Amino acid sequence: MACTAFAIIRLRNLFSVVILSGIFSLLAASLYVLLTAVDVAFTEASVGAGISTLLMLATLAITSEYEKKSERSTLLPKSIVIVTGAVLIYGTLDMPLYGAADAPANLHLIQRFIEESGKEIGIPNIVTSILASYRGYDTLGETVVIFTAAIGVLVLLGHGRNRWRPGKQPKIARDEQEEEV
Amino acid sequence: MNNHSILRVVSKFMIPYILLFALYVQFHGDFGPGGGFQAGVIFAAAFILYGLIFGIEAARKVLPATATRILLCAGVLLYAGVGVAGILLGGNYLDYNVLAENAQAGQHLGIFLVEFGVGTTVAATMVTVFFVFAGQDF
Repeated sequence: MACTAFAIIRLRNLFSVVILSGIFSLLAASLYVLLTAVDVAFTEASVGAGISTLLMLATLAITSEYEKKSERSTLLPKSIVIVTGAVLIYGTLDMPLYGAADAPANLHLIQRFIEESGKEIGIPNIVTSILASYRGYDTLGETVVIFTAAIGVLVLLGHGRNRWRPGKQPKIARDEQEEEV
Repeated sequence: MNNHSILRVVSKFMIPYILLFALYVQFHGDFGPGGGFQAGVIFAAAFILYGLIFGIEAARKVLPATATRILLCAGVLLYAGVGVAGILLGGNYLDYNVLAENAQAGQHLGIFLVEFGVGTTVAATMVTVFFVFAGQDF
C-alpha cells in the first residue's frame, strides 16, 4: 500500500494514478478482510476500487491525461503534510492494541451488541442492525450526503452542455439559436 | 465501442448477473455482509457498464434522466418517510419497533425499507454522476 501511495505521488500520468488508486483501494479492502471487517471491505472494494476509479476515468476523459508541472515551491505544503501525519501517528500510540480485551469498545459496547441485538432486532448480521437501526440517524445523514453529491454534480454539470437533461432541446438547434442572438 | 463484439457479447451476458447479485446483496444484507450502499453501487455498475459498451445514448433510453432524478429523491424520501411513519404510529423518529405488531417484526420491516431507500439513492446517484460526466460533449 505504501508503494502504491508513493507511486501515486510521483507519477505525472493521471491515467496510471487513477488505476493505482484503484489498486490502493483493493489492497485496503484486503486489509479490512484481514481485520475481519467484511462489510467495510465490501464497501471499499465496490466504492473505492470500483465506482470511484470509474468516475475518475470519466473525469479524465473530459480533462487531460497529464498533470501540469507546478512552478511554485512545494516546501510549505510538504512540511504541513509531514507534521500532520506525524501528529496523527502520535495520536494512534495511545490507542489500545488491535483485539485487546481491555479496549473500551470491547468492554461493554461489543458485548452488549452481541448479546442483545439478536433479541432486540432479530437479525443475524450485527453490522446491519447497528447500521440501520441503532445508528439510523447517521445512516440517514450518509444517504443525504450522497444525495447532496448527486445534486451538486447536477447543478454544476447538468446544465448547458449536457444533452441528456430532460426537456433539453438538441445541441444543434441550441447553437443556431445562440448565433441568432 | 460499438465494434468490439467480444465486449458486447460478454457484457450482455454479465449485466443480468450483476443486477441479480446487487439484489442479492441488497436483500441478503440482514444475514451476510452487504446492504444498501454496496448493493446500490453494484446495481449502478451494471448500468454504467451498459453505458460504456453501448453508448450513453442507449443507456439513457433504458434509464431516462427523469427516472434517475425521481429515484434519487425517492430513496431519501423513503428513508425519512420510515422515520415519520414511526412518529405517526406513536414512537420516536426512526423507531422501527412500532411499525409492526411486535418489536422484532417492526425492526425487520424498518431495516428492510431503510436499506432499500439507501440502495435506491446510491444507485441513482452513481448512475447520475457517471452519465452527467460522460454525457458532456466538449
